[in-house]
Amino acid sequence: MTPRRFIAPSAVLWLLLGAAYFLIPLIATLIFSLRSNQTGTCCTLENYGTIIHDPQFLKTIKTSFILSLETIFLTLVLLVPTVYWVHLKLPRLRSVIGFMALVPFVIPPIILVVGLLDVYKGTPTWFYAEPYGFLVAAYVILAFPYMYFSLDTGFRSIDVHTLTEASQSLGAHWTTTLVRVILPNIKSAALAGSFLTLAIVMGEFTIASLAVFDTFPIYIQYINQNKAYPAASVTLLAFAITWAAMVALLAAGRGRAPAAQGAR
Amino acid sequence: MAGVRLQSLRRRFGDVVALDGIDLDIASGEFVSFLGPSGCGKTTALRLIAGFDRPTSGRVFVGDKDITGVAPNKRDIGMVFQAYSLFPNMTSVRNVEFGLRVRRQGRGDRRTRALELLELVGLGHAADRYPHQLSGGMQQRVALARALAIEPRLLLLDEPLSALDAKVRVQLREEIRRIQTRLGITTIYVTHDQEEALSISDRVAVLSQGQIEQIGTPAEIYGAPATPFVAEFVGTMNRIESTVADPDNGRVDYEGSSLAVDAARGRQRGERVLVLVRPETVQVEAAASSENGLTGEVVSQTFLGSVTRLRVLAGPAEWTADLSAERAAALPIGAQVSLHFPPSSAKLLTLEGGAAEGLEAAAADSVE
Repeated sequence: MTPRRFIAPSAVLWLLLGAAYFLIPLIATLIFSLRSNQTGTCCTLENYGTIIHDPQFLKTIKTSFILSLETIFLTLVLLVPTVYWVHLKLPRLRSVIGFMALVPFVIPPIILVVGLLDVYKGTPTWFYAEPYGFLVAAYVILAFPYMYFSLDTGFRSIDVHTLTEASQSLGAHWTTTLVRVILPNIKSAALAGSFLTLAIVMGEFTIASLAVFDTFPIYIQYINQNKAYPAASVTLLAFAITWAAMVALLAAGRGRAPAAQGAR
Repeated sequence: MAGVRLQSLRRRFGDVVALDGIDLDIASGEFVSFLGPSGCGKTTALRLIAGFDRPTSGRVFVGDKDITGVAPNKRDIGMVFQAYSLFPNMTSVRNVEFGLRVRRQGRGDRRTRALELLELVGLGHAADRYPHQLSGGMQQRVALARALAIEPRLLLLDEPLSALDAKVRVQLREEIRRIQTRLGITTIYVTHDQEEALSISDRVAVLSQGQIEQIGTPAEIYGAPATPFVAEFVGTMNRIESTVADPDNGRVDYEGSSLAVDAARGRQRGERVLVLVRPETVQVEAAASSENGLTGEVVSQTFLGSVTRLRVLAGPAEWTADLSAERAAALPIGAQVSLHFPPSSAKLLTLEGGAAEGLEAAAADSVE
């Protein structure tokens, strides 16, 4: 029998303080969102009704969600083979790429968006004027550091060289090796990177606003300025939807694979 | 099954010559070990044969086919790595199946074959376990089964036992040899452990600084090392620098003592030579000197199980002698002893630069 874990009272105190820090604003928002937009009295779900029946709500959230998936897909396609190759053949480039990955953090979004608009000027309208073209190009840059550092950690936790050589000696082409051997073993890292990307794209405001696209954060901002009580409900809905999306991603990613823990 | 031929195989990494022109013929079904210290080029040689690396010059043949330019995944060569080579996301049986799956063999066939091979390495019961649920020794067994599953023309083992416990190591190496003999597969085994190489190989190639120092049967390598390096590296050896004193009667001069060494017959008088004596042939007695003897003092005793190893300071050098425990008990540290060895048991090597000294000595003789 293992002895019962004893939790120190100070730990409980800090835990409660931490929980309060996160939960009080949420609860306050929830209570606020239940007030009637006309009378300001509690308690009604009419704000939620207003939002859910607003066609703009569904439209923008769909846009943002598709943008996230597209960004996740593109960053994975670009970065998984790249990081694999760097770990396998060009380990000296790791520090260079690590430095490059910091660039999106240090360049202010306003500079990024002005620069990108300029760079992509003259590209076809289906790219330049559509969120699924231009915005994704910008979001791939924003997601780069998050995805890169997640993948880098994942690749470091497996023996890329030996696994690749073992697979090769058994007759596998490098693409087979990547799909059958490497990918399943860095899946949790890829998932973590995807979560971060999803969260970033679902909440990105500056670039979308400056480039004048209607995404979900733009919609939240619009409601905020115009309708006080429904704004609270839309915030909570956004919160719930993002979490639901993450859970869905997690479920999709887990599949029938075994737990990767201790799989070395 | 096929033989292997390495033809003046060279590999340079910048200024470093990792492999300096290796020529080697391995017969079909033969078990050959590459033995040497780290950095001697043995792993480089193996990687060139496997195709993970390309030679700077030279060729690799398997059977009659030149495979120097063939991609590693097209070579049909099975390989067992040092460790961590099993795919962590697959069970044992799926690991073993992998090569057959890549070759698009039917699901039923490949499963049957994989289970057969797991049975062969004694892991039939662990087919559905993941690598992290297996011990190191079991993982290496699965890796062996996986390499054999593709029915390779050649099996390469890159220090497969170096990460295992001593006991498992001995057990598994015997098993590798048993399976290899049974399947008759041509095998190259890389190791830095001379005991391992000597115990399982048909032939051993001792490598040093990118070159083959000596290739021969384990008995030849152990009993008749061709160079001072091999003598040093394989087994424990007493190396005594001495001068040929009397080529007609086979005697050398070691620090004023005259020793009988049969191998000195026919050598040049005054030649500087290295006399090699295995510790198990050295006899130690607690008495004054006799024929072919030296006197010295016991410096240390180490109990090794089957024998006790004595170090005896005689002249400027420390001698190593292996004795039975009872005999060693009579010779405590500090005891004055005499050493001798059968004149036929010692080997002789010419020392580097010894020829010149020999000539000088000869010249001095002729002046007299």
